[in-house]
Amino acid sequence: MATTEKTLQRRDFLGKLAQTGLVIAIGASSVRRLEAADRLERGLLNAPDGAWAPGVFLRIADDGTVTIICHRSEMGQGIRTGMAMVIADELGCDFKAIVLEQALGNDKYGSQNTDGSTSMRNGAYDTMRQAGAVARTLLEDAAAAEWGVAASTVSTRNGIVSHTASGRSLPFGKLVARARTLPVPAKPRLKDESQFTMIGKTVPGIDLTDMLTGKAIYGQDATMPGMKIAVILHPPVYGSKVASFDASAALKIKGVEQVIEVPGAPPPSGFMPLGGLAVIASSTWAAIKGREALKVTWSASPNDKYDSAVYRTELEGAVRAEGKTVRSLGDAPGALASAGKKIEAEYYAPHIAHAPMEPPAAVASVTGDTCEVWTCTQNPQAARDTVAGFLKLKPENVAVHVTLLGGAFGRKSKPDYVAEAAFLSQKIGKPVKVVWTREDDLGVGYPHTVSMQRIEAAMDASGKITAWRHRIASPPIPSVFAPGQDYHSEGELALGVLDMPYEIPNVRVEAGKAPAHVRIGWFRSVSNVPQAFAVSSFMDELAHAAGKDPLEFLMQSLGSDRIIDMTKTGSLKPVDNYGAKWEDHPNDTARHKRVLQAVAREAGWGRKLPKGEGMGIAVHRSFLTYVASVVHVKVGPKGKITIPRVDIAMDCGYAVHPERVRSQCEGAVIMSISNAMTSELSFKAGKAVQTNLNAYKVVRMAQAPREIKVHLVNSGGPMGGVGEPGVPPVAPALANAIFAATGKRLRTLPIGDQLAKA
Amino acid sequence: MAIKLTVNGAPRTYDGDPAQPLLWYLRDELGLTGTKFGCGIAACGACTLHVNGTAVQSCVVPMSAAANGKVTTIEGLSEKGNHPVQQAWAAANVPQCGYCQPGQMMAAAALIKKKGKPTEADVDEAMSLVICRCGTYTRIREAIKAAAGMTPAASTTGGR
Repeated sequence: MATTEKTLQRRDFLGKLAQTGLVIAIGASSVRRLEAADRLERGLLNAPDGAWAPGVFLRIADDGTVTIICHRSEMGQGIRTGMAMVIADELGCDFKAIVLEQALGNDKYGSQNTDGSTSMRNGAYDTMRQAGAVARTLLEDAAAAEWGVAASTVSTRNGIVSHTASGRSLPFGKLVARARTLPVPAKPRLKDESQFTMIGKTVPGIDLTDMLTGKAIYGQDATMPGMKIAVILHPPVYGSKVASFDASAALKIKGVEQVIEVPGAPPPSGFMPLGGLAVIASSTWAAIKGREALKVTWSASPNDKYDSAVYRTELEGAVRAEGKTVRSLGDAPGALASAGKKIEAEYYAPHIAHAPMEPPAAVASVTGDTCEVWTCTQNPQAARDTVAGFLKLKPENVAVHVTLLGGAFGRKSKPDYVAEAAFLSQKIGKPVKVVWTREDDLGVGYPHTVSMQRIEAAMDASGKITAWRHRIASPPIPSVFAPGQDYHSEGELALGVLDMPYEIPNVRVEAGKAPAHVRIGWFRSVSNVPQAFAVSSFMDELAHAAGKDPLEFLMQSLGSDRIIDMTKTGSLKPVDNYGAKWEDHPNDTARHKRVLQAVAREAGWGRKLPKGEGMGIAVHRSFLTYVASVVHVKVGPKGKITIPRVDIAMDCGYAVHPERVRSQCEGAVIMSISNAMTSELSFKAGKAVQTNLNAYKVVRMAQAPREIKVHLVNSGGPMGGVGEPGVPPVAPALANAIFAATGKRLRTLPIGDQLAKA
Repeated sequence: MAIKLTVNGAPRTYDGDPAQPLLWYLRDELGLTGTKFGCGIAACGACTLHVNGTAVQSCVVPMSAAANGKVTTIEGLSEKGNHPVQQAWAAANVPQCGYCQPGQMMAAAALIKKKGKPTEADVDEAMSLVICRCGTYTRIREAIKAAAGMTPAASTTGGR
């Protein structure tokens, strides 16, 4: 209670400060430095420490301490380090002495949605540079005034402003008093990139030591004083609700205090909770045991019959008939009808689950009309708005603190679990931590779409593709947010289908009907996953049909070096470009070719391999970045597949932290191999079949490639995304490698033991 | 009926539900949250720690089975965070999200203690019990070799 009163007073105080025009980072706090018991209070109270704040992204205290505020979520991509690098390099402070704070959800930071591989691209790099340059310009101006010299003759390094000619210098702290009286420049003096000492180099991760010693705090680890634990029995079928229940056995378990029904939003549920029964307990174990003891009857749902095997045949039917035309260039149906050489194939990719190693979790405390939350979220503003919407609170009364995320991959963009915690806290009048177990995560999450695709193509005698018809039946993400969304959306088709780079005069893209029966969510690289698998597998099929080397065939099919005019590709609506303008981030065939050539050279493409081994290749542009991969497989006599090596070449333009770009590529390779080899979330009678990690398979050490070689190709293009674009080309390169090794074409994912059975 | 055990060298007495897994005792009662929850059925290894020097998945070890045991968690692997495994992990910059890494390091430390210089097959067997969804496996393999003194410590960076 005392905490809340102070909180409110503080918020009023900050509100008044904000009205006077002084900008302060409200409540941003470094979770990792705080003890559990006082995390909440200090998180809100330690920000306005009298430090100088020449913007929302950094503060400098009188003792020279530089505090940098990271407004994007850390989920393994290294953004806390990357953003701090940019600000610190531009500012010229001592990186090792930085205090890094994690921002609360607040519109003043702009978008905080850590999604779409956008944290560094989309101008964030420029914004961070600007933030550092504003502070440095003011400090330099203050020093220049102090010394009576021109501002252009002073510079910063390691937290000190120096005037080399006179040998004078002052630490930042001594200049704060003067700097804060100066007007914030609209156009600060940006450094020349050649002056950077950290950007482009390898820097120790900000959170590395905490991660190695068990001190790093994730959503599952967050605590609040006096909190209770809640584990929720969710409806196992999308659209089902609690019809009746008996909690008597659960309530007899020691530690179980209450069982509360959580209201659910009917489909389309968006980010709102699914509903169910929450067991409130004094410990996680009691809550888990209590959930097991609940007896519940669920109401009928229109999704009760969802069965993945049956649904696959429905999707096959959809792609074998004419669909809704989304793109029509030339006359593909006519050209196919009259073609001499026609090839066709169908590809299937099942639902997959994000399965971050940390299942979702949130701790919330609601008092009166205010709510405090600590959670692992990719989007604290969406979490705030969802809580506010579910509890009918004002968004500005909901403070969402962001912990580290133990993996996310798109799952933690959807804050249903945060709203659950807030609802339960409001209900019992105490802080509540909602712990999702793995059964929740896999059973009632937001699975990635299931996709059936059929591609037909015609080639002339020289092996040039003359016609291409691509039909996709795949339930769309918009179905989570609006009724009647039964076709893969243009936005999703823009991920590898509408922007497909091959030079083909007649192209038709059709979407087939595919109603959703689960909450369809976006997964790392989204529809690029199935669509790159189909397109790049099919290109390999065409290469072999044309009797050409796959690399040579890809190079030939990309055609001349050119910027593809995306207004002339036959799409009926303007094609989305990951939110960017095509003129800023064009679809450039030369960049496709450059990564292809780089990866082929580095992997030793074309060299003779022993029997039972093969290499496959694929290239794919996504998130404004170009990636090519070569996978080398070895197939044993009983069809056992091992992967000695994967090469991956990425052109993401300018890289702030190349070492982290490399590790993101390594991770993308592993995730793509999971998607290709092992992972499938299937449904029977509306329920997920694989509800823990013994059944939902992901790649483990023994199945991982022995070597992953990352090749960064910077062709000087504008900055693209990094976290996601490594994923799409690896799976098809793997399937293509298996074909090279065995002559068997696998078109259904996951590959699993299909070779052993064949 | 009280259960006695030591956790990171400190003697502890427990008199709660003997079926409660060690994982939840450590996390909920002792506040040792370095040991992570991932699955609850010993399928992912995020909760791997040492009982009497052996790597176990603490989500399926009931408190009754930990009686008189010597439990070591990531917080107690070394006093200063400088166990050879931790050093090698830092040098190879292994973690991405970091969530599984306590389990990975505890599994690796037990493996090296048991085998000295583990073979590739040893690494496959022991480390396949711990899933890393971020995909740091090649770096883990490299770090284990360095920690076991089989290769010079690599390369990339160090802790702050």
